[in-house]
Amino acid sequence: MNVLVYLVPIALALGITALFAFMWSLKNGQYEDSEGPAHRILSDEDVKK
Amino acid sequence: MYDAPDTIDFSSFVRPAEQGRASMDLALDGVDCAACMDDIERTMAAVPGVVSARLNLTTYRLRLIWEAEKTNASALIAALAKGGYRAYPFEQSRVEQEETRRTQWLLKCLAVAGFASMNIMLLSVSVWSGNATDITPETRDFFHWLSALIALPAAAYAGQPFFRSALASMRAGKLNMDFPISLGILLALTMSVVETALHGQEAYFDSAVMLLLFLLAGRYLDQAMRKRTRAAAGNLAALKGEIAQRVGEDGGLVTVPVGVLKAGDQIFVRPGDRIPADGMILSGSSEIDTSLVTGETMRTRVGSGAQVYAGSMNFDGALNVQVTAAGEGTMLDEVARLVEKAGEARSRYLRLADRAARVYAPIVHVTAASTLIFWLLMGAGAHHAIIIAISVLIITCPCALALAVPAVQVVAAGHLFRAGIFLNNADALERLAEIDTIVFDKTGTLTLPDPNVVNAGTIAPELLRRAARVALSSRHPLAQAVARLGVDATPFDQVEEVAGAGVRTLVDGIDLRLGHAAFCDAQVHQPSSPDVSLIYVRYGDQQAAIEIRQSLRPDAMAIVETLRRRGFDLHIFSGDRPEAVAPLARQLGIADAQGGMNPAQKIAAIESLRAQWRKVLMVGDGMNDAPALAAAYASLSPITAADLAQAQADAVFLSDRLAPVAQALDLARQARALMRQNLWIAVVYNAFAVPLAIAGYVTPLIAAAAMSGSSIIVTLNALRMRGVARKDHTERSAPTPLTVATQEHRA
Repeated sequence: MNVLVYLVPIALALGITALFAFMWSLKNGQYEDSEGPAHRILSDEDVKK
Repeated sequence: MYDAPDTIDFSSFVRPAEQGRASMDLALDGVDCAACMDDIERTMAAVPGVVSARLNLTTYRLRLIWEAEKTNASALIAALAKGGYRAYPFEQSRVEQEETRRTQWLLKCLAVAGFASMNIMLLSVSVWSGNATDITPETRDFFHWLSALIALPAAAYAGQPFFRSALASMRAGKLNMDFPISLGILLALTMSVVETALHGQEAYFDSAVMLLLFLLAGRYLDQAMRKRTRAAAGNLAALKGEIAQRVGEDGGLVTVPVGVLKAGDQIFVRPGDRIPADGMILSGSSEIDTSLVTGETMRTRVGSGAQVYAGSMNFDGALNVQVTAAGEGTMLDEVARLVEKAGEARSRYLRLADRAARVYAPIVHVTAASTLIFWLLMGAGAHHAIIIAISVLIITCPCALALAVPAVQVVAAGHLFRAGIFLNNADALERLAEIDTIVFDKTGTLTLPDPNVVNAGTIAPELLRRAARVALSSRHPLAQAVARLGVDATPFDQVEEVAGAGVRTLVDGIDLRLGHAAFCDAQVHQPSSPDVSLIYVRYGDQQAAIEIRQSLRPDAMAIVETLRRRGFDLHIFSGDRPEAVAPLARQLGIADAQGGMNPAQKIAAIESLRAQWRKVLMVGDGMNDAPALAAAYASLSPITAADLAQAQADAVFLSDRLAPVAQALDLARQARALMRQNLWIAVVYNAFAVPLAIAGYVTPLIAAAAMSGSSIIVTLNALRMRGVARKDHTERSAPTPLTVATQEHRA
């Protein structure tokens, strides 16, 4: 069971990282428009012709 | 009302950004497909000086950032207009900012609760399977401590929405649903910590956090829906694009958005414009139509010194108006005072969920207490008895009960939103469902807000078509009513407007005139009723008198009939003259129709209905209806209503038709039925779970399963709600009303 000593902190650290990533994305305004990005991905505007 | 945008001073909406840039938010109209987004962003990015253009497809708002030196707001709006998109600068209202802030806060709490419950569940499942097999007490303690480490801070953060609301309700002395929730969570956490310290087998960290997660999900969805509604309503308000001609210090005119007008400003109101703000006439005289203010359809003549109100239509003379704040003894002051008094009654409404909580909380707490005493009397140890009593509290912790109402609320608000009905108040649905009496205002509510031609059937179609086309070139309200009949939206090339007389042009070499009788050299026509306005048309030797008056909403007859058949008691309370109200009431078959009422009389009439234990729905649009809207049990306004009326209404509908009134009532009743069903589901769930808990059979595993099971059932039940199809609200008052109106005319 000694394996828990480092596995559990790793699991928690990963979870907390995900939580912070979410908080960052929220602060970054990524939830302000839930419709647009689905269509934006289809736009070729950034492709150099 | 929407002027050529390049002459308007938008500077009040432009915010400075870094590096000499400027930014502005715009509400957009005419965006109906995803391809438009691409089109708009590309068009705007191509405008010299624009740094970035980003459209939000959820709120239909565009944020523009540009180099302040290279271009300006007006030019950008003109560029959008050229692409076919009507845009108007936009500023988030304080209420909307508050909603946005709260939505974000709830989302953060939800994220924390989600993180915590996933991690704790991981540990809990290990403990549960370990308990069945060979977990060592040391490992179990370690897992429990870890769970506590995650659960305590997470609950302290994510539980705030509930704790704060529970505290507030305790201070106010009336317990709401958040009180039993907070108590349940706190007790579950305390007991689990004590158990962990005593090396016990069972801890309820997972239940406490999962409860938070489910409830927060419900709250967040509810809040997100409300925010979306608020944003849509904000856009509509901005897109009205109301502008005013302000007289500058040098005496010149500056066109500014209405929002920036202040008391003391002097404004110039041209014929055909709506008066943009309340004020006093300094000079000039004119006939004004105050139907949006008082419901009166007869025009009144005003001169200098007269008080005028925002929303009145200026007909024939130019006015210089000094903008005033609400003065003593003016109608606005009176209305504001009545609104304040009338609104008090409604704030006392107790929501269904809170009423349930009032019954529920004491029962649960008494049950838990009796369980404790029962087990103590049975000779169980104090420790054991307390654990069982708290497990009763946890299992009854009102997960399903607390979700029962919000789940339905979210689904119903979504359906209403798609039907073009925007809820202003969270508890409006519940109140709408209880309505048994409906009071309509007449002008602008039963009738369309703008007057229409009523005798189109009696005029030669070709002549009428020409009249409609030439009318396109005039700003006069009567001409605009004629113009709405037209199918051809292109104005004639060279049209001459003769001030105070009419418009004229040459068609195929023949003189076409629309205007006064003398201007058109026409026989003076006797109007069929006193509230009819006349405009004449002459083309060569053909001539006709066109009658214009307020006409019923296209489906008013049908909807009123439907509502009556469903057993609603219908009334009309109007500020218009009784002789204008009576024929319309007869036509609709509404027996109680009262005219000539002032705001205080409307309130008194509603109060007397309430005294008969009626639940009154007020549907009205005028400024004079605002107090009645606030006093009624529930209220609806069309989107064309005066601002003050819209602010008091529980919901605003976006349509030329009356159908949304019936739809809103239908959906509200459906929603209430589902809410009640959900509450019963919660009761049945408790009927099974509580005896088990009292008997001491509830383990954390059973608690977790029961909690998620009941929540899912309640949510699925809410999703059963059927929506209403959105009637094409975009259809403007095209010729359709004429059929109804002409019938009325012939009757």
